[in-house]
Amino acid sequence: MDLKDLYRDVILDHNKNPRNFGKLEPCDTSADGHNPLCGDRLTLTLRLEGDTVSDVRFEGKGCAISTASASLMTEAIKGLDERAITALSDVVHRTLTSSTEAAVPEGLGKLAALSGVREYPARVKCASLCWHTLAAALAHRGGSAAVSTE
Amino acid sequence: MSLTEQPLPVYDVERVRRDFPILATTVRGKRLAFLDTAASSQRPAPVIEAIVHYERHLHANVHRGVYELSQKATDAFEAARERVRGFLNARSTREVIFTRGTTESINLVAQSWGRSLRPGDEILISWMEHHANIVPWQMACERSGAVLRVIPIDRRGELDLAAFHRLLSPKTRLVAITQISNSLGTVVPIDEIITAARRNGSLVLVDGAQAVAHQRVDVQALDCDFYAFSSHKLYGPTGMGVLWARESVLAGMPPWQGGGDMIRTVSFEKTTYNELPYRFEAGTPNISGAVGLAAAIDYLESLGIDRVHAHEQALLRYATDALRAIPGLQIIGEAANKAGVISFTLEQVHPHDLGTILDTEGVAVRAGHHCAMPVMDFFGVPATARASFGCYTNREDVDQLIGALHRALEVFG
Repeated sequence: MDLKDLYRDVILDHNKNPRNFGKLEPCDTSADGHNPLCGDRLTLTLRLEGDTVSDVRFEGKGCAISTASASLMTEAIKGLDERAITALSDVVHRTLTSSTEAAVPEGLGKLAALSGVREYPARVKCASLCWHTLAAALAHRGGSAAVSTE
Repeated sequence: MSLTEQPLPVYDVERVRRDFPILATTVRGKRLAFLDTAASSQRPAPVIEAIVHYERHLHANVHRGVYELSQKATDAFEAARERVRGFLNARSTREVIFTRGTTESINLVAQSWGRSLRPGDEILISWMEHHANIVPWQMACERSGAVLRVIPIDRRGELDLAAFHRLLSPKTRLVAITQISNSLGTVVPIDEIITAARRNGSLVLVDGAQAVAHQRVDVQALDCDFYAFSSHKLYGPTGMGVLWARESVLAGMPPWQGGGDMIRTVSFEKTTYNELPYRFEAGTPNISGAVGLAAAIDYLESLGIDRVHAHEQALLRYATDALRAIPGLQIIGEAANKAGVISFTLEQVHPHDLGTILDTEGVAVRAGHHCAMPVMDFFGVPATARASFGCYTNREDVDQLIGALHRALEVFG
């Protein structure tokens, strides 16, 4: 296992220069995510047009995997409606938890850079925190929600 | 040096390493550099063999059967208690209670002795306690209306002793303090704390989890009231620990768990309790665990605790110098008196990424909050990486860590 399979250039880049970093004010919905085991924290703010995410930002502190995953996610979901987001989220989760021999599912685009995480089961929660937070934000639309990996 | 003092013979760490079968394993194709002894130490062959011998030849339930095997198991179990008594220099085996570990030992005190707490009583702990010496006291305070007070620490990770003396008051019923901080490596001046607390009429509980394997412990010389430690940080098996308690204090404490072994007679009208220490040991105990712990103590004493201590202190100096030379590395916890524990952060690399990168280089360190979240908050970090040493740690382990840190800087550079 080469370290570069986990820390691909895309991930290092998004960790160093996170996209869509910050807070949308006002926003239509938001959620806080927390991974108490490692102390990662993340706040997502979203603007919606009907069912579609028109804008999204995140802020927080975490490891390279969680920061890059959140940054990549914000890029991927802009312009998607809730159904498309759920479908994409399913594919991401399957990728993160699939066996290391299985082929990486199609249709992930840049998110495929996260597939190396499955070699490191202890790190899956780092990569999935943002997706759990997103699900909480969409489920509690118009308010604010909090989600924890534990 | 006086004429009667002999220099210590050279500590042969390579010979010690050969006693630990697991150190020969490889991880991810690399030599294992095991630097997580503060979380759990590895076990030498004599401990593994003692446990296997017990399981193969001696096992039956203890304190029950009249048959020979049960007597043999009882003898082995009670011999382990005597071994622990000698190790701690306790007055009597009546003061040696077997538990699942340090955590259970502290919970026993919090739940049994803790029943005597009244509203307004105070319990004093320190900022650098492990969660196991925080949460049981929070729970006891919630039940009783007692108040938890916390002795602050400074930026070097040393206890603020002036604050301790100020916090000590007639309301202080108990001072519960770690001997060595698991997250910072600070060696706490518990002698001064115990002396002041006892003069004040307060009891003292010492969390010795990080200390027993690294320095000599004498509970009579310490003059504390409770001393708790775990077997698995002392080269023994997991699920096994000890609470030593002063007999006069134990005598006034009610049982905490009910069941077999802790009773003398049971009827539906009235149950009478067994004598010390069995009153605090309900149910079938961890017999092979006790046997393994005794073997671990034998092993450690065969190496010589003082020599192990000197070896670890030399490694601590070597590793501290090497780590300080790494750009962006910050050591968290720089007390004047430290044990073989070094917590650190690396600028630009989150501790969890660091943990993963070190893992791919065969280096096992703990990355996280070390069950000491208040310490992490104090230093304003979410987590640290922590390298910790034991009797088998050598310079090659440290060099491998340093090499892996350079690799991390390369990846994140």
